[in-house]
Amino acid sequence: MSEEVLAILIMWSFIFVYSIFGSIDFGAGFWAMVFNNHKTMAGKIANRFLSPTWEITNTFLVLLVVAFVGFFPKGAYTLGTVMLVPVSLILFFLAIRSAFMVFSYSVQGYRKTMFFISGISGLLIPSLLIAVLPISQGGFISIDGETQNLLLGKLFSSPTLYLYVLFGLTSELYLSSLFLADYSRVSKKEDAFRLYRSNAIILGPLTLLSALLTLLFMAPEAAWLVDNLLDQKIWFILSILAFGFAYGSLWWPKQNRPGHGRPRFTLLLTVLQYGLASVGYGLAHLPYIVYPDLTIYEAFTATETFYSLMIMYIIGLAILAPGFYIFWRLFLKDKRYLQQD
Amino acid sequence: MDTVILARAFFGTSLGFHIIFATLGVGLPLMIVIAEIIHQVKGDNDYAIMAKRWTKAFAVLLGVAIPSGTIVGVQLSLLWPGFMEIVGKVISLPFQIEIFAFFLEALFMSIYVYAADRLPRYFRLISVFFVAFGAVASAILITAVNTWMNTPDGFKIKPDGTIYDVHPWDAFFNPSFVSSAFHVAITAYMTGAFAVASVAAFKLLKKRSDRERSYHLKSLFMSLAVAFVMSFVSALSGHHSAQILHQYSPEKLAAAEGLFETQRYAPLAIGGYTDPETEEVKYGIEIPWALSWLAAGKFDTEVKGLYEFPRETWPPFYVHTLFNLMVGIGTLLLGLAGITLLYWWFFIKKRGKPFPKWLLWSLVLSGPLSMLGIEFGWVFSCSGRQPWTIYRVQTTAEAATRNENLGILFLMFLLLYALLSVLTILILTAYFKRNPVSKDMDKIYG
Repeated sequence: MSEEVLAILIMWSFIFVYSIFGSIDFGAGFWAMVFNNHKTMAGKIANRFLSPTWEITNTFLVLLVVAFVGFFPKGAYTLGTVMLVPVSLILFFLAIRSAFMVFSYSVQGYRKTMFFISGISGLLIPSLLIAVLPISQGGFISIDGETQNLLLGKLFSSPTLYLYVLFGLTSELYLSSLFLADYSRVSKKEDAFRLYRSNAIILGPLTLLSALLTLLFMAPEAAWLVDNLLDQKIWFILSILAFGFAYGSLWWPKQNRPGHGRPRFTLLLTVLQYGLASVGYGLAHLPYIVYPDLTIYEAFTATETFYSLMIMYIIGLAILAPGFYIFWRLFLKDKRYLQQD
Repeated sequence: MDTVILARAFFGTSLGFHIIFATLGVGLPLMIVIAEIIHQVKGDNDYAIMAKRWTKAFAVLLGVAIPSGTIVGVQLSLLWPGFMEIVGKVISLPFQIEIFAFFLEALFMSIYVYAADRLPRYFRLISVFFVAFGAVASAILITAVNTWMNTPDGFKIKPDGTIYDVHPWDAFFNPSFVSSAFHVAITAYMTGAFAVASVAAFKLLKKRSDRERSYHLKSLFMSLAVAFVMSFVSALSGHHSAQILHQYSPEKLAAAEGLFETQRYAPLAIGGYTDPETEEVKYGIEIPWALSWLAAGKFDTEVKGLYEFPRETWPPFYVHTLFNLMVGIGTLLLGLAGITLLYWWFFIKKRGKPFPKWLLWSLVLSGPLSMLGIEFGWVFSCSGRQPWTIYRVQTTAEAATRNENLGILFLMFLLLYALLSVLTILILTAYFKRNPVSKDMDKIYG
């Protein structure tokens, strides 16, 4: 494996992990708003998960940017130039969301505003984030001498963008529903569990449908990607199979009680489903970071930098692992936290 | 306005805003750790109350420090894509390690805030310690990148801009790293301590019950002791940083001092402004020979003047004023902390006199002043490097984005920063009004 491919593989893993955790994080914000004061406590549970974790998820987003700059500096140049407007909007909403998360913890009066902001930004931020996919597949960047510009008008009038957004949002809500179903089960809140389960039952097929529509209505400039995606169809077939099993397992009876499902199993299988599809998508996208101007080979960093970054990642992860473990024990497992009421 | 100036104003505003919260984010945890330790040693519950209340304030400030830090980190790529391309190749290491420090801080902050009631006391101390460690490590690592911009090292560049022969660790430990990073950390501690002193002095201005008075006096004394030590060390480290300037960025030192002619026995110009017409410092006080002595410890040291360098690479003349403000504030605060401690010893402790109002009012100003000193220092460091973004490698114009949409985005973020500032003040006052010290004391002492 060449250094460039190794680097993009690491990037891919970071992006994949963030897309799962980000979906759960922003989705939880949305559900906390929708089910605020709901009798099943579904909103409270979403918020209980969100309070200690959003900061870590946010840090992960910064990690993505930093890793990208380190591994593919030229990519940072191109995307930094092109993504000025969408990314600035993301930062804007993210700042307001983060601030209110913290403020509402200190002063109760801000809780209502916080639920609203976190819920709305829970849809807006992911929509903007996923815009990087249609942009990177070509057709939305004009090159004028040395400067590259994003064709905002063309982007916003393109159905591709909206279908990607639709796919992103349904996926976000599906994944977060499954996660929160599991979190409710661990917290012994069966009513909330049932609510999230039925959300997932509605959303599951919608994710598949929107994925299909996105593929069918790809912009003409993305013909290269569609061809490549078809070459990778094995990954997508496996992914659809994983979806079938995961979705079916929502009806898997537990302890002879029909229709109760096993959320942990469903969630893990769904992560696998998205993993397989992302491998297929990633392979089809190679070697381009931004089509047709930038490949991973042109964008790659200095070799010495690459190796020192690799060493630091290994050391850093080894140091942080115990911290993450303690964190997981305290907020995702400890019954005193999960079942405090 | 042209795009480069707009990009500088935009990024400078983002940084200037973030610096306030980041500095307190480094300074306050140290105060919390010290208070926790004194509490453990002396068994005085007042210090536990201090730690608790400062943590509360710190958590609110972190609510702005984290998003503003995220903004600055990402905006680097948005506003300075040309710069980040070189950064990625040469100096991405500290950025990446900084992420780990950031994770450490975020993890343990969540643990400290949301799981405090489930943790044994010793583990809470460990959590605060990691928060404090993560915060200062972040500051030092980010400073590593800034120092590399001032004294770039660890790579070679061909005339066509190709980077080769990269040594990431040499870039990290560039010539000005140790001295500047130390200065940044110490001045952050100094500012955190003065911020606490400001609040304590303000509380002492009004009549209070005896136990509250004694609480605020303890807090004032503790913060002043820390502030005094830190101001003293930061003066020394600032002096060392100036010597590094003399060695590696002579234009910057020349502009800071308004020195045009290269000379031995160079004078130190304090105050005044650099007149662009006559090319000299006007209305300043000149101390003969002092600059040569400060630059390298000898009176006959030759200090390079601006005429030594091509005019288009001169830093702007206003850096002389920024430099004076930074050094002036530092010196003033060192004096203030020293005088207050002496006054305390001779008049308050020995003769039982009360604190005079004028002294308390000066102390109220010390926190904001110290923060201003930090801001002036950063603006000095970055505008003193102009026209370069990376000294003698890349100009600011080459580094900047060419995107035309900056104006409206700048306005949007200005509003955001204003909103967050107002909210922070509202939240802090609302919280501490609802939870006065007396309430915390009642809980502990009954």
